[in-house]
Amino acid sequence: MQVPASFDYERAASVDHALSLLRRHGPEARLIAGGHSLIPMMKLRLAQPEVLIDINDLSDLSYIRIADNRLCIGAMTRHADLLASPLVAEHYPMLVEAEEVIADPIVRNRGSVGGSLCQADPSEDLSAAFAALGASFVVAGEAGRREVQGEDFHLGPYTTAVEADEMLVEVRIPLRPSMGSAYEKLERRAGDWAVAAAAAAIRLEDGVIAEAGIGLSAVNAAHFRSPQAERRLVGNPADQATLAEAASLAGADCNPSADQRGPVDYKRHLVSELTLRALVRAAASANRRI
Amino acid sequence: MQVQMTVNGQPVTAEIEARLLLVHFLRDQLGLTGTHWGCDTSNCGTCVVWLDRTPVKSCTIFAAMADGHEIHTVESLETDGKLDLVQEGFANLHGLQCGFCTPGMMMTARWLLDHNPSPTDAEIREAISGQLCRCTGYENIVRAIRWAAEQTENSGEFASPGAQEKGVSA
Ligand SMILES: Cc1cc2nc3c(=O)[nH]c(=O)nc-3n(C[C@H](O)[C@H](O)[C@H](O)COP(=O)(O)OP(=O)(O)OC[C@H]3O[C@@H](n4cnc5c(N)ncnc54)[C@H](O)[C@@H]3O)c2cc1C
Ligand code: FES
Ligand code: FES
Repeated sequence: MQVPASFDYERAASVDHALSLLRRHGPEARLIAGGHSLIPMMKLRLAQPEVLIDINDLSDLSYIRIADNRLCIGAMTRHADLLASPLVAEHYPMLVEAEEVIADPIVRNRGSVGGSLCQADPSEDLSAAFAALGASFVVAGEAGRREVQGEDFHLGPYTTAVEADEMLVEVRIPLRPSMGSAYEKLERRAGDWAVAAAAAAIRLEDGVIAEAGIGLSAVNAAHFRSPQAERRLVGNPADQATLAEAASLAGADCNPSADQRGPVDYKRHLVSELTLRALVRAAASANRRI
Repeated sequence: MQVQMTVNGQPVTAEIEARLLLVHFLRDQLGLTGTHWGCDTSNCGTCVVWLDRTPVKSCTIFAAMADGHEIHTVESLETDGKLDLVQEGFANLHGLQCGFCTPGMMMTARWLLDHNPSPTDAEIREAISGQLCRCTGYENIVRAIRWAAEQTENSGEFASPGAQEKGVSA
């Protein structure tokens, strides 16, 4: 039986209350959202917070809405809610495709968008999807709220720009109605973490790619992105040659490690193939959306 | 710390350690051993219960987090000696062999049918995809759930005998 170390339990009633509890208890305190990353770590004693601050009552952080021409997703939005959202399906079907393959339906009932992003597991799916869509992240602290751009949010495995006395409250994605997007992931069995995953977003103007985002997960790409593939795409037509070259650049523009999910060259090949499949579908969708 | 919650419709007050997991609270403190405890790593789903009428893995929730909330376990499926159609389906169509995975499977199945009364086989398989069975090969579990759905369709009645009491709309 895996027994977590003892801790004191606090329940936050509002964002301000959560922040004041974080300040009062110091760096040994941790927020708990769905708990589906933190509790397994506590069972293994990889995490031993002295105080847990439960933010599940903050239902005002559970929303998906459009404001200021952006799709805004509250940090306590559950995976299941993102998956079921018609607004998300309309604007960024890639997010629905990613959610379909994140864990399993029961885990998705509990795991939250904010918890996933703040856990910043190198194999986390939403980080790659949001990276491709150019999302920004709203972080609340004592001094108020600040908006962190994607590149500045993920600082490395399990590390984000959210300080110990801060919390993530919202994810924002600029609305681009003509943007096509798609997500491709290979997993060993239903509900498993990715062997590799690729997210592609494309916007066309006059037959030329005006904007492109490539996100990669589980292969140690800096900030979950492939800037080289993106540069190859922008300014060029979305033809087979361009997409294939960008996809093969993505396979080189990451740093996978060999593990029980496969050797390095296999994973690079996989990244190229998944990126190509995602690009082809994103381009087709972008064509339909013009 | 003290917690208060509703378990299968009954108010419960208890003194617990904050680190106590919900599955152990239900089994060891309340004696509700219908909920099983398997992998302890959020993978097998035998510990599935409803938290505020949503299926969750109770090995990955602290009992403290359920304070003030409503829990339903597999013991709530049967009402006044009458089995839920899902339970009847599992019995009639051999949806179990050893029975270890069964409580979690049935809680998910009941929830599925309450929200989607005529699921396709693919939807049934997706619904239970986070739950493992080492005996049946899943075929009979899918059949059992489909049978329960068909009975409901045929009778045109409420899915579960307890559905109204639980406030679940079919
Ligand atoms: C069996 C299983 C399979 C899974 N498979 C996948 C998969 O395929 N792909 C995938 O992407 N994920 C997967 N996950 C992870 C799942 O998505 C988790 O739910 C998620 O990573 C964490 O969300 P949570 O709400 O449970 O966070 P928690 O565990 O509550 O928190 C995680 C961390 O984030 C911090 N935190 C939480 N919310 C905030 C906030 N608002 N502000 C600041 N810090 C915060 C916590 O302090 C903690 O450090 C899987 C999980 C399980 C159990
Ligand atoms: S015991 Fe909870 S998922 Fe296996
Ligand atoms: S019946 Fe034995 S594990 Fe499912």
